[in-house]
Amino acid sequence: MKLSINCDEATTICDKSQYGEASLMERIRLSLHLAFCRHCKKYTKQNSLLTDVYSRFATPCQGSEQMPDEEKKDLEAKLQEELKKN
Amino acid sequence: MSDAKTHVLEPEKWVAKYADYLYNYAITRVDNQEIAKDLVQETFLSGVKGKEGFKGQAAERTWLISILKRKIIDYYRKINSAKGQREVRMNFYEDGEQKGNWIEERAPQTWGNDADHGIENSELKDALDRCIDNLPEKYRIVFMLKTVQRYETEEICNELDITPSNLWVIIHRARTQLRKCMEEKWFKN
Repeated sequence: MKLSINCDEATTICDKSQYGEASLMERIRLSLHLAFCRHCKKYTKQNSLLTDVYSRFATPCQGSEQMPDEEKKDLEAKLQEELKKN
Repeated sequence: MSDAKTHVLEPEKWVAKYADYLYNYAITRVDNQEIAKDLVQETFLSGVKGKEGFKGQAAERTWLISILKRKIIDYYRKINSAKGQREVRMNFYEDGEQKGNWIEERAPQTWGNDADHGIENSELKDALDRCIDNLPEKYRIVFMLKTVQRYETEEICNELDITPSNLWVIIHRARTQLRKCMEEKWFKN
């Protein structure tokens, strides 16, 4: 069984664990890696702060609840044209 | 199933009945109004072209959604394979003896102690928006679905037709790139 992982793998597990989806085995590998890697240790520490920032400040693109009227008219016209062809 | 109602298609009414619904469905998944509009348009046009294939078993709206879902997958595939798109800057050595280890100058820096209480700042939000905009689109979509919309992993995999290990690689690349960007724009002072 492979216990030793590189930084790319370690930080992938760290990212996964931000969503609570890292397996037990992955978490064991990660903590072993963190015992001797200062970069990943720093990454892990900062990652939870970032998760907090992302969940509070990242805003998804809001569709106004409705498609703008001019877009609808445009859509309607194209649909009519297609209907004539078929 | 003799009592099953047979549904009919009435394309003349689609825009009025379903445009908003499909538009919102698409926006939450591609995170862009312009693209969402295009996808809805393609859905309606494909619907008209393929209306002979409609068997009347599903409701009209369900049928249109199934078309839209395929359009979203196609769109994701397209941007996933598109050449010349913004690429993620590598943070780790790609090969050699150091493979998978941090490229020294891209490794995490120590952040100022005030990193924590600066967090109420609206400038932080601007910095984050800009960093998210800088992500390649395929990474931005998956990152937003998972982190902001909080979709289940399985759901995203189904919606975009990718595997879970695919998804975690994308999330990882998005997050290492975002982290670096936020470090430069916000935390490192």
